[in-house]
Amino acid sequence: MSKNQTRILVSTRKGLFVLAADRARQAWKVDGAMPRFHGQIVHHAVMNPATGTLLAAARPGHLGPTVFRSVDLGRTWTEAKAPPAFAPGSGTGYGWTVHHVFWIARGHASAPRTWYAGTSPHGLFRSEDDGLTWTGVEGFNRHPDRPLWLGDEKENIPDGAIVHSVNVDPFDARHIMLGMSPGGVFESFDEGATWSPLNRGCAADFLPDPEADWGHDPHCLRMHPAARDVVYQQNHCGIYRLDRAAKRWERIGANMPKAIGDIGFPMTLHPRDPARLWVFPMDGTSVWPRMSIAGKPAVYGSKDAGRTWKRMDRGLPKAQGWFTVKRQAMGADQADPLGLYFGTTGGEVWASFDEGAQWHCLMLHLPQILAIEAYTL
Amino acid sequence: MKVHLPTPLVDYTGGVRDVEAVGATLAALLDDLDRQYPGMRFRMVDEQGQVRAHIRFFVNGELRRVLAAPLRPDDAVRVVAALSGG
Repeated sequence: MSKNQTRILVSTRKGLFVLAADRARQAWKVDGAMPRFHGQIVHHAVMNPATGTLLAAARPGHLGPTVFRSVDLGRTWTEAKAPPAFAPGSGTGYGWTVHHVFWIARGHASAPRTWYAGTSPHGLFRSEDDGLTWTGVEGFNRHPDRPLWLGDEKENIPDGAIVHSVNVDPFDARHIMLGMSPGGVFESFDEGATWSPLNRGCAADFLPDPEADWGHDPHCLRMHPAARDVVYQQNHCGIYRLDRAAKRWERIGANMPKAIGDIGFPMTLHPRDPARLWVFPMDGTSVWPRMSIAGKPAVYGSKDAGRTWKRMDRGLPKAQGWFTVKRQAMGADQADPLGLYFGTTGGEVWASFDEGAQWHCLMLHLPQILAIEAYTL
Repeated sequence: MKVHLPTPLVDYTGGVRDVEAVGATLAALLDDLDRQYPGMRFRMVDEQGQVRAHIRFFVNGELRRVLAAPLRPDDAVRVVAALSGG
């Protein structure tokens, strides 16, 4: 493949679609007449551009969950020999079964064959052989405080409790941050052996204690890939930034227009500029409709770490556009200018090739989109 | 013995729905299927040894709910995957 081609992995409720562009990102086509994993729920598909390996978390409705692996850019796939699965037995964290693999994350650049998987119910798994076999991160899966973090099963989010947003610190291979919905943000400095919560400063309007250590609901957590200790999150209760010189999250969503608020699910960072990020606000009022506010979809972007925000809706529907964008369904490629992409639960893929100034609809009529990952190869 | 597989599992068998396997119990039969078609068992039985929600096993037309159910070499086993979709 020639340099600077863009590929988007679009994971949907009915299969994986691969969109490929020319170098100018003007002409797009779907790679293949049929989706990969036709009819299966694909929760997340991720590539390691350094090795070319793709992993996809898939399950048909009838069968148990698994992970597939491709080393030829998605043309052929093989199933993991040992997919993520809790250890058998009873006790804290045991006796559980993986309902689905929700999130896949690459390991540190120094360990290109290492991957992590977050599951529903809450579980963290690691592969050190490029996705072939997976073992539980027992420091997490068997943590004695785990029942406290998880709360009552009845409190779970609609599609089941999940570990998501698994981030391996690009500056410290032993440092991992992740989000639990519900549960909060947690981190480990020893590759998952021990964990501590990191939620101070985050609102939790649904908890009686405003300074609770856990029980929060982060929707999407992003560590900046190029700026050490810069972390952002889109939370159930706002948009936050944490600079690890500080110990509390700062609610940068307070700077959003009051009529829009700072509720949403996805969040995308500029890979080279730690002050730039984009969110997709959704309606979190009353019964939480989780759709674009007033039927007028818009991305909001900031160039100054969330101190000011700009509405970016040129090209998007001006009315009656009731978009829902899932937490992992927005992303960026690595080109310059940056390409931004998001997918809706109505099966539309939207893209901007000028960092959000103008939006274009790349695809209609796909199944419900669960995740988007974009790559400049 | 003869084992009839549902369509969600034929990716493991190259599209074949009727296969041969051996075992004195359903559990042993699944172990043999997994030896022949690696990964197949985990799709039907979870890591705690429980049959998955949308999988059922019929032996000579009779539903068998436990994996310890005994089998004879001339039994016919049918795996059913049903009632999941949307």
